[in-house]
Amino acid sequence: MADWLTPAQWDAVALSLKVSFWATVLSLPLGVAIAYVLARYEFWGKQALNGLVHLPLILPPVVTGYLLLIGFGRRGPIGGFLEQTFGLVLAFRWTGAALAAAVMAFPLMVRAIRLAIEAVDPKLEQAAATLGASRIRVFVSVTLPLILPGVIAGTILAFAKAMGEFGATITFVSNIPGETQTLPSAIYSFLQVPGGESQAAQLVLIAVAIALAALVLSEWIGRRVAQRIAGA
Amino acid sequence: MKLSVRITHDFGGFRLDAAFEAPAGVTALFGRSGSGKTSVINAVAGLLKPDSGFIRVGDRVLLDTERGVSVPVYRRRLGYVFQEGRLFPHLSVRQNLDYGRSLLRSPPPGQFEQVVETLGIEALLERRPGALSGGEKQRVAIGRALLCDPQLLLMDEPLAALDEDRKAEILPYLERLGAGTDIPMLYVSHSMAEVARLANTLVLIEDGRVLRAGPAQEVLSDPDSVPVLGVRTAGATLHAVVAAQDEDGLTRLDASGGPLWLPRIAAHPGNRLTVRILAQDVILSRTRPEGLSALNILPVTVTALRLGDGPGAIVQVQAGDDVLLARITKRSAKTLELEPGVACFAILKSVAVAQAEVGGAGDLPAV
Repeated sequence: MADWLTPAQWDAVALSLKVSFWATVLSLPLGVAIAYVLARYEFWGKQALNGLVHLPLILPPVVTGYLLLIGFGRRGPIGGFLEQTFGLVLAFRWTGAALAAAVMAFPLMVRAIRLAIEAVDPKLEQAAATLGASRIRVFVSVTLPLILPGVIAGTILAFAKAMGEFGATITFVSNIPGETQTLPSAIYSFLQVPGGESQAAQLVLIAVAIALAALVLSEWIGRRVAQRIAGA
Repeated sequence: MKLSVRITHDFGGFRLDAAFEAPAGVTALFGRSGSGKTSVINAVAGLLKPDSGFIRVGDRVLLDTERGVSVPVYRRRLGYVFQEGRLFPHLSVRQNLDYGRSLLRSPPPGQFEQVVETLGIEALLERRPGALSGGEKQRVAIGRALLCDPQLLLMDEPLAALDEDRKAEILPYLERLGAGTDIPMLYVSHSMAEVARLANTLVLIEDGRVLRAGPAQEVLSDPDSVPVLGVRTAGATLHAVVAAQDEDGLTRLDASGGPLWLPRIAAHPGNRLTVRILAQDVILSRTRPEGLSALNILPVTVTALRLGDGPGAIVQVQAGDDVLLARITKRSAKTLELEPGVACFAILKSVAVAQAEVGGAGDLPAV
């Protein structure tokens, strides 16, 4: 391991990547499903669902973290159920950090995918149905390829948001080095001790680098996919 | 394969209440924009769920609201060609053509090559729809619909979005399709020229209701159809056989009412044709006219007279076994004392070939 970072710093970077990766990957199928439902169907309670998805975007992150703590803590209704049924503990574990990051990043992901779905002409999906494709096949063979740039953009946006999540995470799972101390929490901690500025600055540079890399990657993939769809 | 359709649907302000039966061959749904044609074809496809109705293709019931039967769109086994093509932009032409075919349990062998050749799209197979012209897109769309092995072809104004040249490029394919396959075709159009060329059966739709349905020739030559068809596009069709190619560049056709001369047609003696004569291109005379430049003059008998709301009148006349329509004024009808049974002469100012029935339309350019 490179010695220009202390083990504590490495832990924070690795943990943040792990937390953000699982937060993004696990929320992606649900994000696509909810975006599809919001884009294509009218139903009772649609506005409520839309509001619920967007709530973390407008609530103070600390409030979101507190609500997660109440709901998913070991004594919370959902947290208790998860622990008894699956042995899954979220409070003060990295898994909880992943949940907090997923919840906070979810509105951004759904928004990007929903816009992409709304841009797909439903007439193409109808045409596929007349050719003998079931609803699932239509989605996999027509809708999904056409919304792929939006899905990728939404995923990377959500990943970047998860990397930067601080308020809800620290409220829900605290700031335990090696377990829940993500990159932003570590930067915050270093700034709290005298002489920690240089270590904080190193982590800030890493955070900036990861964010930029994600942005460049999403642009590049998006362009590749758009080219493939437009064809020549 | 017979098609039975009976549907009612309330769109809120517009009510669709249409019923008709169509035998095998090409059935045209004709009417103005907004008359409900597309809703009918969408109900057959399953894209519109009517309030109540019954739809059957051959012995397959696709919809029976009384018994709660509604076959989902993807199991109806239809080939639908839309006005705008609707090719999948992310797939190549080959993948578009294969889309429906790959979902079949046992696609007919050799069909792909045959359809690609008929439609002349070999050179386009590896391209993307974005790089095709309007006419090319529509040919690929037709191929894609044919290759999913449909029991019924649905075409919703497949030529409406194309310019005249592109229409002329595609019409022959549709003609060959209508003549060469036993798949029935439901063809929505508001162009009388297309309908007269393609349809065996004609269903006239206005304000969501079927006004007339029957063999195309019968409906076209019925004076009562004229208000729907429009006085400028109304006209009858008659059958003729190519008799000879004259030296001065004219082609002689023999119709049951007498000979007709047309500017040279690329057809061989013995070929059977359908020609279309617009009502406004027919002049009636009580005596055989002399010293007239018109070549085509047929002796006819008046069979029906329909007076319109304005100054015009439509006269139906019998020419041999065929029926013609003439658009004249009420004043002329009165002066000439035209009534059923009266013998007179029809002077045809213009005659156009509408369809070639036998011998393939391929060697026949539009005239």
